[in-house]
Amino acid sequence: MQQLLLRLPGHRIYPKCMNSNTMLTTFKMGGVHPPENKLSAKAAIQRLPLPKQLIVPLGQNLGVAPKLLVKKGDEVKTGQLLARGEAFISANIHAPASGKIAKIDDALDASGYRRQAIFIDVTGDEWIEDVDTGSSIIADLSVSKEDIIARIKAGGLVGLGGATFPTHVKMMVPNGKKAEYLVINGVECEPFLTSDHRLMLERGEELLIGISLMMKAIDAPRAIIGIENNKPDAIEHLRQLSSKFSGISVQALKVKYPQGGEKQLIKAAVNREVPSGKLPIEVGCVVSNVGTAFAVYEAVQKNKPLIERVVTVTGDGLAAPSNFLVRIGTSVSELIQAAGGLPDDTAKIINGGPMMGKALVSSDIPVVKGSSGILLLKSANSSRKIPKSCIRCSKCTTVCPMGLEPFLLAKLSKLSLFDRCENERIMDCIECGSCQFTCPSMLPLLDYLRLGKQKTGNLIRTRK
Amino acid sequence: MNDILLFTLLTLGLLGLFLAVVLYFIAQKFKVIEDPNIDLVEDVLPKANCGGCGFPGCRNFAEVSVAAANEKQSLEGLNCPVGGNEVMKQVAAILKLEVAEKEPMIAVVRCNGSFANSPAKVQYEGPKSCAFAHQLYAGEGGCQFGCLGLGDCVVSCDFDAIHISPLTGLPVVNDKCVSCGACVKACPRGIIELRPKGKKDRRIFVSCVNKEKGGPAKKNCSVACIGCLKCQQVCPYDAITIENNLAYIDFEKCKLCRKCVEVCPTDAIHELNFPPRKPKNDDGTEQSKQLKVDATASAASAGSQNLS
Amino acid sequence: MSKLIVSGSPHVHGDESVKSIMFTVVLAMVPAMLVSVYFFGFNALRVLLIAVASAVFFEWVIQKYIIKGPLTINDGSAIVAGILLGFNVPSGVPAWMLIAGSLVMIGVAKMSFGGLGKNPFNPALVGRVFMLISFPVEMTSWPVPKPLFASAITDAITGPTALGLMKEGVAAGKTVEQMLASGEMPQYMERFIGQMGGSLGEISALALLLGGLYMVWKKVIDWQIPVAILLTVAAIAGIMHLVDPQHYVEPVFHLFSGGLMLGAVFMATDMVSSPMNMNGKIVYGIGIGLITIIIRLWGAYPEGISFAILIMNALTPLINNAFKPKRFGLVRK
Repeated sequence: MQQLLLRLPGHRIYPKCMNSNTMLTTFKMGGVHPPENKLSAKAAIQRLPLPKQLIVPLGQNLGVAPKLLVKKGDEVKTGQLLARGEAFISANIHAPASGKIAKIDDALDASGYRRQAIFIDVTGDEWIEDVDTGSSIIADLSVSKEDIIARIKAGGLVGLGGATFPTHVKMMVPNGKKAEYLVINGVECEPFLTSDHRLMLERGEELLIGISLMMKAIDAPRAIIGIENNKPDAIEHLRQLSSKFSGISVQALKVKYPQGGEKQLIKAAVNREVPSGKLPIEVGCVVSNVGTAFAVYEAVQKNKPLIERVVTVTGDGLAAPSNFLVRIGTSVSELIQAAGGLPDDTAKIINGGPMMGKALVSSDIPVVKGSSGILLLKSANSSRKIPKSCIRCSKCTTVCPMGLEPFLLAKLSKLSLFDRCENERIMDCIECGSCQFTCPSMLPLLDYLRLGKQKTGNLIRTRK
Repeated sequence: MNDILLFTLLTLGLLGLFLAVVLYFIAQKFKVIEDPNIDLVEDVLPKANCGGCGFPGCRNFAEVSVAAANEKQSLEGLNCPVGGNEVMKQVAAILKLEVAEKEPMIAVVRCNGSFANSPAKVQYEGPKSCAFAHQLYAGEGGCQFGCLGLGDCVVSCDFDAIHISPLTGLPVVNDKCVSCGACVKACPRGIIELRPKGKKDRRIFVSCVNKEKGGPAKKNCSVACIGCLKCQQVCPYDAITIENNLAYIDFEKCKLCRKCVEVCPTDAIHELNFPPRKPKNDDGTEQSKQLKVDATASAASAGSQNLS
Repeated sequence: MSKLIVSGSPHVHGDESVKSIMFTVVLAMVPAMLVSVYFFGFNALRVLLIAVASAVFFEWVIQKYIIKGPLTINDGSAIVAGILLGFNVPSGVPAWMLIAGSLVMIGVAKMSFGGLGKNPFNPALVGRVFMLISFPVEMTSWPVPKPLFASAITDAITGPTALGLMKEGVAAGKTVEQMLASGEMPQYMERFIGQMGGSLGEISALALLLGGLYMVWKKVIDWQIPVAILLTVAAIAGIMHLVDPQHYVEPVFHLFSGGLMLGAVFMATDMVSSPMNMNGKIVYGIGIGLITIIIRLWGAYPEGISFAILIMNALTPLINNAFKPKRFGLVRK
């Protein structure tokens, strides 16, 4: 019976029946339906062999970059601390393989800007001591709350959904606030990406242990895993497994983009709206990605720092869309090679999904902690059309999940009227791209919105 | 019929007269007493309202000038770059003060990363906004300090003085420039600088703002400054400082001797409006140094080595 | 391999474009076009073709030679405007008049404001009102509908519309009952299907409803505006009918007569000149309904929808400012 309900076309929404395991829910405001294209959904995670060189950038987290500890010529082992996060919002960086530091130099990042990075010539995979590299699942949850957070901090964990916010900071609930729910983001609303899906299917038990550890760290009595309805196997699998764990439930969600945005996910899972300008803890929630939850399991139960992640390599012309477990610092070109090579008619190489991902200037760019996928698009699918003038159809307003008016904000941004932008709440924009996706006149709405956000943010900061 | 005409004329005429008297008294009652100098000063200003003086509009500049003259008896720190020395002399004359002569300035584009020198490695698609492209990526040529060529400077100019050359993709400043500074503020990469026009319009500057080491800089652009220190060593007036792999010529100290231009290995230093040098000997290297980039629009079409 | 493209996200786009929206609107107008050709014959076809051809021609000329900007005639908006202008005139209107109206529609109401997306007033209505005020005689001579292939040829060539008849009759002192029973008025079914006097597009409520439903299904228009207009008209007409049934005809008569259906479905829902916010759209629709019924009942003209829409177009910027969408996470104080 449960199976039947799950397979209904997800048009039925039951806003009042929250936490009911069998009903599909979603957020109400806005949203679009880009074609899902989950080409690599059936591809099991493959571990890529170690590359010959790793380029580990220092700037892989939101906040301040960590302080460099090694220098040219140092020999390092896998998992060794290379840079320590010293500011409040910062994260450690560890060696993804063992070898010798070839140099500390500037390397290209995704936008073509050159940032400081550690170049490692890889000689092997010799781990540092204290790390459990075995594959047995450790289900013992007796670790103390302080130890959990300390191990997460030591492991250099950041949000693997793409925002790369240092996880140990997120786990520290501010005084006076109480976490009622840990909301786990298994939504993967971006088309093409499947790394979270495969992780849920193949490492479900470890995932749930990680979730239990996070619940302990933030003192949350309940955890809800939000999964979109286009992954019925993952929903079923995790539902079965979660019966063994107390407080964890799975909420199936109607497929809609951008359900993976944390505010939309909270609305869909527990029907609460995070107030404008505030964090999810205001409504008693802490949100984290499934990839991060898995990394928490490894960091706490196995003392293993964050040195690898699952990356989807996909695209229409690709020979073998796959999900790879890669070491941080591996060049994107190696991943593309492993998936069948770069097709000739590739027009864009995107780090991330098609809605919010970043177009790379070349494939000689390393995989970083926030890289969830590499997407290759052909020109016909991705090249921009010439924009016309706004026809005032208000479709952008209808699809905006934050209730903004993109046509107005983009225009104000273009005219540099950033005071008015602030009044029209441009800082609420989550940059999901639904507006530009929908606009019939092909206007570059999100481009101007991003510019406006940056300038308005500067204005607000300088005002203080 | 004549009665009606007469009546109409009388009524309207008297009405008009009455209203005129009323308006006269109202105008007198609500008259604003202003220093009459303000009007006189504003008259001689160019009235471009460009903000180049740092004040919102020419009227405001006039008010500030008169206030400064009344309180401090000096026009120190006040300058209309558009009107230049002529206008400031007139303003000073009205206010019975002296004002120092200022050197006329001009906007200088300190980048020579043209299509030829910094060939495009990727193709950009998106709005024609340098501010946006700067936030998005390094640039088509790969240099993250170089000109993006999308024309924010052109849009900001009120005097039709700067345009993007279709040959090179770089902005070109012409004689209409009044050094108001709008393009300097508009450029997100700080490429444009206000420098003195120089005697006979001659000026020398380093046409690069790349702060990377020589290797990566040259990979993206063949005429980048590599911070090799040769210019600094040869300058007899200590006008050149090298910081972050980038040379900078201080225009206060530079005496336009051109020694730095000769020694620069990447042709990053430009000399404008100088006569061609006499070749010292007959070998090829000296000859090539004569064909310098002249950033005025006319020379761009002639096509020198660096521009083709 | 050619160079990689770098642009901001999103890197994919949905299916809609201006062309696809215009195409959907043209398809939605096909039932009304067919009905008009069926009842008015060759003249209808003539009017539609001249209107469309002249609209496209004027847009091309103005963009190429006067503005000297990019050509946008193939986005379909000129074609839609032309068809709508044709819908708003009687089938007997001379060609030169139609061309003049088309010139005003494209040149004055659309191009002089900046082209597609910038016109504050509905261009087809501006063209129509210009023709109505400049050429009142031809614009109010309504040819009697002659179904194609019908054998009987009626004596009268032109006659008044149902609304016109009713208004004159009541003003002359007759009651509504007398008017309805007089045999001069088209009956319900005729009014619904379209066998009555009127301009090309307004006669058949059925065809217009079909088109409207198609556009709502394709999400090109929102149903709120037409429903708000029709309900407001019906409500006020209904109240007046209850108060004085002898001098005020019942609501359904109003709904199917005149240009109300055409205005509500095609003209008021024009994206460019209507408000952006849903609540704003409802207020806009109510305003149009109100002004229409007031003109119809107490104004000088028998039909008021064109003026009502133009007046509310002028208020659209105010409505846009007054109604903002509900923000996510807005803290209620």
